[in-house]
Amino acid sequence: MTVLDTMLRRSSSLTGTDGVGPAVAVRGVSKRFGKGPIVLDDVSLDVAPGEFLCLLGASGCGKSTLLNLIAGLDKPTAGEVSTPGHRPSLMFQEPALFPWLTAGQNIELALRLRNVAKKERRDEAQRLLSLVRLEGAGDKRPHELSGGMRQRVALARALAQDSKVLLMDEPFAALDAITRDVLHDELTRIWEEVGATVVFVTHNVREAVRLGQRVVLLSSRPGRVVQEFTVDILHPRRIESPEVAALSVTITEHLRTEIRRHAQPSMVLA
Amino acid sequence: MSAPAIETDRGGAQLEAGLDALETGPVEARPSWWRRTLSSALPPAFALLSILLVWQVVEVTARPDTLPGPQEVWASLSGQWQAGRIQHAVLTSLERGVLGFLLSAVIATPIGLLLARITLLRRAFRPLISGLQSLPSVAWVPAAILWFQLNESALYFVILMGAIPSIVNGTISGLDQVPPIYQRVGHVLGARGLTLARYVLLPAALPGYLGGLKQGWAFSWRSLMAAELIVSSGDLGTGLGQLLDQSRTLGDLPGVVAGIISILLVGIAVELFVFAPAERHVLKRRGLLGAHH
Repeated sequence: MTVLDTMLRRSSSLTGTDGVGPAVAVRGVSKRFGKGPIVLDDVSLDVAPGEFLCLLGASGCGKSTLLNLIAGLDKPTAGEVSTPGHRPSLMFQEPALFPWLTAGQNIELALRLRNVAKKERRDEAQRLLSLVRLEGAGDKRPHELSGGMRQRVALARALAQDSKVLLMDEPFAALDAITRDVLHDELTRIWEEVGATVVFVTHNVREAVRLGQRVVLLSSRPGRVVQEFTVDILHPRRIESPEVAALSVTITEHLRTEIRRHAQPSMVLA
Repeated sequence: MSAPAIETDRGGAQLEAGLDALETGPVEARPSWWRRTLSSALPPAFALLSILLVWQVVEVTARPDTLPGPQEVWASLSGQWQAGRIQHAVLTSLERGVLGFLLSAVIATPIGLLLARITLLRRAFRPLISGLQSLPSVAWVPAAILWFQLNESALYFVILMGAIPSIVNGTISGLDQVPPIYQRVGHVLGARGLTLARYVLLPAALPGYLGGLKQGWAFSWRSLMAAELIVSSGDLGTGLGQLLDQSRTLGDLPGVVAGIISILLVGIAVELFVFAPAERHVLKRRGLLGAHH
């Protein structure tokens, strides 16, 4: 398989349906905060059930805003967002674990807020901890865990919501390269095991290609869907593999073009 | 799944376990308890000795007629102790102080929660609360005497006026300091309104709230002492403030200094045995305790 096979489909061509409705439907969504500039401009996006979609863009492309809209933390100015049958779970760049609870209690709180019966919570939390390979860390407090371990607890907490839609806002951006690499494997494994729909926001092209089945490139100020790329590279993928590198080069070129449009003439001369 | 894939998976688990072990590291051994006690008790003991020394020097060289020396004050302290007067006064004052403080906390906490969450109320009342906090509570004493006459109610009124504003302010700033991301996580997990307050906002605000309580106690104690100095009558139990005022009327200077020292010691004891351990407990669980504690 060559890299060319994996490339470039125009944004509107992919509907992501095989008879089933999309897990996430974003239709003509625009967003501006108050009287500020338009952050998102007429974005349409369907994510199929079980799909792993990466949203890629430079600063100011409104990717986090889009994720907040999908999560229901904010309302679009125009257009519609729907996640039929699911209240999506959301992970942030910071683990944002509650420091007054242990790792296990953090997960149990998510279960409790989902109205899981008390006697089932412990076992379910334990099951989720082993899913992220942290069996022994249930009684640890967040500050006793490393950054990578905290983010895995946060992942387990997100999975505890039993939502089929998992939204991730640059969850690995603050981690070192080796830890990030390990968590990529981890996330891919869990995604295959759980069968969730994942929308993953990142500004890291290689990370997007390493993880996603589809990469959507957003423009900046305002955020618009510029281009979509299907990633046909088989799992297990490695971030340093030539296939990942080759597609990354292509996408990076598009991303750079997109960023160059924002250069001011005076700054180029200087 | 094919054999090599399983192999990779096991390798991945091992890699991850290795990283976890490397990044969490071995726990540092704690020094033994007597070493910890020694290192935390020695510096204050040294400070106390220096103060006694300076006091003695000043007493000898400066004005021996107006400043009682350490021995005289010690004699007064132990004499009053043997007569049981200090113990009685400490218990009387502590009972008033603790009761008044608890009452203040019960009244101030819901007010603080309301002001923190309802912007309009906060805009309306926050300046007044902050103003009241800087108003010396002794200014309430004349009004208290006119309203309640010379009895316990007057004392409690002064304590409440002193402690409530600072606990309200502590509650508000405790909630203000909650990182916004916790609230967002709470929302994502489906917590709203009272559920959000109970499981997310209140536990997150606990360290700030505890600081407010601590300050509230300090205000309770000093308001009570101010009130006891002025409000005294035959039917009213003798607290530390009243004991101090009795020494003044008798012109008993060592007794006055002994009274001041007793009030100070109660303050130090409450801080040392109540608030410091509570604070340490809360901060330690959250990993917010620095190495110097």
